[in-house]
Amino acid sequence: MSAASLTVGRRRVRSVIWHVGALAVLAVILYPVVWVIGGSFKPGDQIVGSLQLLPTDPITDNYRRLSDGIADVPISTFFTNSLLLAVGSVVGVLFSCSLAAYAFARIRFAGRNALFTLMISTLLLPFQVLIIPQYILFQKLHLINTYVPLLLGKYLAADAFFVFLMVQFMRGLPRELDEAARLDGCGHLRIYWNIVLPLCRPALITSAIFTFIWSWNDFIGPLLYLNEPDKYTVSLGLKLFIDQDSVADYGGMVAMSLVALLPVLLFFLAFQRYLVEGAATSGLKG
Amino acid sequence: MTPTTTRAADGVRPPGGTTPGKATPGTRPAPAAGRRQGRRETLAGYLFLTPWCVGILLLTLGPMLVSLYLAFTDYNLFDSPKWIGFKNFQDLFADDRWWTSVQVTLKYVLIGTPLKLAVALAVALLLVKPRKGQGFYRSAFYAPSLIGASVSIGVVWRAIFNDDAVVDKSMSLFGWDVGGWIGDPDWALPTLITLTVWQFGAPMVIFLAGLKQVPGELYEAAEMDGAGRWRRFRSITLPMISPVLFFNLLLELIHSFQVFTSAVVIAGSGTNTGGPGDSLLVYGWYLYEQGFRNLRMGYAAAMAWMLMLGIGLVTAVLFKTQRGWVHYEEDAR
Repeated sequence: MSAASLTVGRRRVRSVIWHVGALAVLAVILYPVVWVIGGSFKPGDQIVGSLQLLPTDPITDNYRRLSDGIADVPISTFFTNSLLLAVGSVVGVLFSCSLAAYAFARIRFAGRNALFTLMISTLLLPFQVLIIPQYILFQKLHLINTYVPLLLGKYLAADAFFVFLMVQFMRGLPRELDEAARLDGCGHLRIYWNIVLPLCRPALITSAIFTFIWSWNDFIGPLLYLNEPDKYTVSLGLKLFIDQDSVADYGGMVAMSLVALLPVLLFFLAFQRYLVEGAATSGLKG
Repeated sequence: MTPTTTRAADGVRPPGGTTPGKATPGTRPAPAAGRRQGRRETLAGYLFLTPWCVGILLLTLGPMLVSLYLAFTDYNLFDSPKWIGFKNFQDLFADDRWWTSVQVTLKYVLIGTPLKLAVALAVALLLVKPRKGQGFYRSAFYAPSLIGASVSIGVVWRAIFNDDAVVDKSMSLFGWDVGGWIGDPDWALPTLITLTVWQFGAPMVIFLAGLKQVPGELYEAAEMDGAGRWRRFRSITLPMISPVLFFNLLLELIHSFQVFTSAVVIAGSGTNTGGPGDSLLVYGWYLYEQGFRNLRMGYAAAMAWMLMLGIGLVTAVLFKTQRGWVHYEEDAR
């Protein structure tokens, strides 16, 4: 055997070892996800105690029981509510954050740097400082048990992460574009809408997907502001489920957990490239 | 509208302008037009910022002032707030459960964050060399970061770490018998910490982006000098990615201090609030309990400000020490 083919052979062996190692780590990491999928098709008494990952005879009972609803509220209500909030949040974030980002990135105005610093510093602010006065504000306005408290911030660019993400992206666009448009007589609104926004598509898509997923996963917001089960989101419905049956119905609980995860998992599968790159460039947290 | 270059908006006015309205690329408007342009730009800036400005006043700065005021009052949401000075803070220091929540949170932050970053860095190093299926691995490792904060995963965690459940049984196979993780005050917090560490994907992709920036020549040169793997990691990789490490550390710390959902779900439901023996009584949950269950809004506001102080302190210390260990490109030149 020649020396060259020997190194090729060694490299291949190394590559195989690498893949085996990486897959082994991956198996540990994704175990809980597979566990919940497998568990949702097992009878309740085999879920917790068993070491078996996948069911021997898959059953769909757990899902059938879910369709009866939780606390007299059908599951579809929780889904509609969550979907409404998530879509409403996406629209708000895209609209308000891109407006603010355009101002920070493309308009030179007095006080811009100071306001930008203020915007960035809100990233460090723990939400606990704000929730009590915000709650009092919405309570005084009689907006408890409505979706306004959960949506208002999205329409007022309160998510500094997305403003920052869009600013970074817009700064990368060539200035000549604006200048040419201005010579053609375009104002800021036209430049924003016709030039900058279309070019910002990647940043907008990243923000949209993250907003959807975060809104879907949100727990403390709905926990604070919603108090009638028929207004509950999927997260709260799941919590209701745990509270109600405690440990009695493991099958239903696991099935509901998976159902609650489903949109996020689907989004992840469809947009993983955007999600991973978006996280890498902006430091977004999941 | 007067056509002009954006530079004119800065108020940079070169001598001898041309007539406004007829400017061609490369010419600048007259001084008066420049000033008018500046005002117009400022107006446009604030118009675009209107939603954000309303938001920051109504939902951030206003509430901050209110919560600062409430921290010095006794307020139950129904009667008007009563000024009590520093009493809330005095009560905090005398409150055993507050100290417990501080301890639990500090343990969670100080053990969980380094562990999570170490795992993130290790996996990033594993994935940095271009290989087949790299994109797939990157995405798959990232997935837990997206779902980890959901109630669902909290439920799953609770189930697989339950007494006599999968983890417990698997560990017993290796002769390590904990006998109940969530039910055991000593093991409930480690269970919560594993959930944080499990979400190492977000810092991992940031590490990956940083690792890709390290010039390959450095490694080649070091290898020629006979530097081993560990030496290369310590002397090249770590200093070169220290800005990314700093960024990840800062973000994770701030994030971890505010842990809520996963702790609440793992701790259990109903009236059992802090987990076994309050071993999962994280700061965020105790604040919620005081404010929204016991309606001690002033007390909770004081708690919130103590948290803010703590986070501010940690951030300040990090920024202070970064000169010692974070190497930016500019310093080297």
